[in-house]
Amino acid sequence: MPDYTLKVRRYQPESGEGAYWQEFKVDLDPDLSVLDGLLQVRDREDGSLVVRCSCRAAICGSCGMKINGRSTLGCKTQIAEAHEQANRRNGGTEPIVVEPMANMPVIKDLVTDMESTHWTKIRRVTPWLLPEGDPPEREYVVPPESMIDITQSMACIQCGACVSSCLSLEVDPEFIGPAALAKAYRFVGDPRDAEARGRLYDLAQDPHGIYDCTHCFSCVDACPKDVAPMDQIMRLRRIAGDDHDIDDVNNGRRHESAFTKIIEKKGTLDESLLLQESYAQGVKGKLIPTPGAIKGLVGSLPTAVRGLRTGKMRSLAKLIPGVHEKLPGDAQEHVQRIYTHAEEHREELNLYISGEEELEPEPDEAETPTPEAAIEPEPDEEGGR
Amino acid sequence: MPRHDVLVIGAGLAGQRAALAAAEEGVSVGIVSKVHPVRSHSNAAQGGINAALQEGDSWESHAFDTVKGSDYLGDQDAIEIMCREAPEEILHLEHLGVTFHRNDEGRLGTRAFGGASQARTYYVADITGQAIMHVLYEQLMKHSELISRYEEYFTTGLVLDDDGNCAGAVMRNVSDGTMELFEAENVILATGGNGQVWQPTTNALICTGDGIAMAYRVGAPLMDMEMIQYHPTTLAKKGFLITEGARGEGALLLNAKGERFMETYAPNKMELASRDVVSRAEQTEINEGRGFPDGTVALDITVVPRKRIHEALREIVLVGRDFAGVDITREPIRIKPGNHYAMGGVKTDVNGATSIPGLYAAGEAACVSVHGGNRLGANSLLDTLIFGRRAGQHSATRAKQIEAGRPSSAALADEERRIAELIGRDRGKGRRASEVRKELGEAMDQHVAVFRDAEGIKTALETVKRLQEESRSAYIDDLGAVFNQDVLGAIELGFMLDCAECSCVAALHRTESRGAQYRTDFPERNDEEWLKHIDLTRDSDGPEISYSPVTITQWQPMERTY
Repeated sequence: MPDYTLKVRRYQPESGEGAYWQEFKVDLDPDLSVLDGLLQVRDREDGSLVVRCSCRAAICGSCGMKINGRSTLGCKTQIAEAHEQANRRNGGTEPIVVEPMANMPVIKDLVTDMESTHWTKIRRVTPWLLPEGDPPEREYVVPPESMIDITQSMACIQCGACVSSCLSLEVDPEFIGPAALAKAYRFVGDPRDAEARGRLYDLAQDPHGIYDCTHCFSCVDACPKDVAPMDQIMRLRRIAGDDHDIDDVNNGRRHESAFTKIIEKKGTLDESLLLQESYAQGVKGKLIPTPGAIKGLVGSLPTAVRGLRTGKMRSLAKLIPGVHEKLPGDAQEHVQRIYTHAEEHREELNLYISGEEELEPEPDEAETPTPEAAIEPEPDEEGGR
Repeated sequence: MPRHDVLVIGAGLAGQRAALAAAEEGVSVGIVSKVHPVRSHSNAAQGGINAALQEGDSWESHAFDTVKGSDYLGDQDAIEIMCREAPEEILHLEHLGVTFHRNDEGRLGTRAFGGASQARTYYVADITGQAIMHVLYEQLMKHSELISRYEEYFTTGLVLDDDGNCAGAVMRNVSDGTMELFEAENVILATGGNGQVWQPTTNALICTGDGIAMAYRVGAPLMDMEMIQYHPTTLAKKGFLITEGARGEGALLLNAKGERFMETYAPNKMELASRDVVSRAEQTEINEGRGFPDGTVALDITVVPRKRIHEALREIVLVGRDFAGVDITREPIRIKPGNHYAMGGVKTDVNGATSIPGLYAAGEAACVSVHGGNRLGANSLLDTLIFGRRAGQHSATRAKQIEAGRPSSAALADEERRIAELIGRDRGKGRRASEVRKELGEAMDQHVAVFRDAEGIKTALETVKRLQEESRSAYIDDLGAVFNQDVLGAIELGFMLDCAECSCVAALHRTESRGAQYRTDFPERNDEEWLKHIDLTRDSDGPEISYSPVTITQWQPMERTY
């Protein structure tokens, strides 16, 4: 059986020492998992190596960890795959790097304190159904597709991989975060819940709520169950904004709508318009900005200055409204067609409905490929998701 | 010192349901789990939960299927209760927020399952157990003022008072290693099964029979311990489960020649015969050389429409992709029978009460017995919920009526000494605890599995006894207090060895074939001698055997064909 090297970030709180790295050699079949490797170390060599684990089959959500820097489940990552990944990243023969999850305190070795972070945030979203009045004599009658729809959120196993991978949480530890917000969608999307509007209002107004997500896709990538937490957050935003017309004090809704409007019009993001459109939509030459908008604009000046100073905003020309590179050929029309399609269909990419890849056209099915799938047919992933 | 009217040990479906039911009665409830509750193994129940709720179905039909599935070893009074109360329980779960599959009218929809005469299995895709358990945990969070949660507390043993009533349990807080005596007027064991005694198994690493062994150690009888279910569709190497729901959706079993071999063994129900029947059929095909070289047969799910697979069997798509490298929508997957479920456990009445006053058990840890010789698919979730609820209610009522006894404080000191001794053992003198565990699993899977005979079972029993001896000096590495999983593993090993011994003794003693117990040296069912349960009570040198009758209400034993 092939040999692999695991380089584990260890922390033994009773030793009085800080965290340290330790390498272990394991020999096991290539299709076994990194968790199997860790368990082999524990069984044969060092029983003090601790890792939460139970089902070994990506169902219980115990073994969230970082492997080669990626947040994932130890049981779901094949050891040979992790080995190749380590080599690809570093070149040559590098060990598989195993660390505890990020964005939460470490208790010992790979065991983190999920209670003070993850579970506290879960409880923040009132995670139970709030139906109206007494239940019916039989079941609630609801559209069948609504249950399949929220099953994607129900598929969450609370492993914390998304929390560990979240870039917003790194900057704002108070961000409610991807797992808890995906959990919130499970109720907002549930027709039996009577408090959807209240929940959305709460999550929109909270400065650490739905508009605190930066849309970086890290959680979508990390989630071992394809819950796609960010997608659920975006749906919360759409429902809050489009269906319930909730304007938030964080200006999140207007910022997002400015973003999409600019791209619809120009094909790519014209950053010179972003601040103005976010705070005072359609102001240019037509309307007088509200006091709130002026305050917002003025308040954003330091950000703009910082952008210039740090070199993030590299071209001065980009600050001049209207000077923006056009897309080549008829690309702009393509972009607009995507918008039209999205507006007409409002389809959600839900893997319980559409499956992994672009569906083969089935003449007897009304189901068409989702817009996302139609645009980006997903090749077989080699990194494993 | 924490003190509760009802202390629930284990926080899977049975435990959480028990805690919620007890809290509804207005008593003080604590729920303890050695892992975070949502890590519990009820998660793994994929296919669904049975109830005769549809028009045209009846609880009697459900009950008869269960009785027949049990090979007439199930107690019919308990089965009647379970099947009668099932519809109400499903509706209760639906009202709490479980996202059950709907039919076109938006009402609860069903799928077909093995051994059932009707499609009466309610489900959430193929994550039914997970979906229900997470919803129950939502309710635990909602009712946190009524129910104290002790998450990651490991129970090392039960404590009786001087009159022999159960009066609490000793806990080790996993995160810091402190030990505490929890006082309780009633204790409900909901600690799940003991699948880890067998290797490989579909069961999680936490399924080590803790509650079964702890009850046995304080003198509660165990029942039906020989009845161990091998699930027909598990992944060859890792033992992971492929839901029976796949066959419910139409998937076929094929041997290496591409023959649909169930035609020979169960011409009417085919792939949806009882699990013991299908597992034996597969093992026969494999043993007689019609399987694949790796000792498997094939499960062909490609016959199910792809859209339906994505909607209803998505977990299996992931299991195939991640753990077998197979796209089940495009090619058959190799499977074999694998250890899955313990029909036996702590003997209880229909309210979950054991022979020890104040001690209850529910779910896989218990044996009511509704599953008898063989459990039907989608009846285990039902068992956990119905008898979890009943145990919760009954123990709460008892709490209101009795005067609490006091557990002896010596119990805590005893447990502390036991763990100190374990940690203090000489490394290098005995074997590593993990080695002992591995040898146990292999011996049990080899000899106490789908086909058994006296010689094999005796070999297993001898091995178990030797391992029991060796485990007394087996050593561990971690000597610390914080998150010492090593020492917990060694305690679990002790629990597993007790369970293994009982399974061997009962399997050897039952000289007939019934349900999951198939003796090649006694291939026939023998109702005259063996229409009875084997009860095991702990004696100084192992389990002492006695019998209890099978309760028959309206279904006399008949020949069992599918």
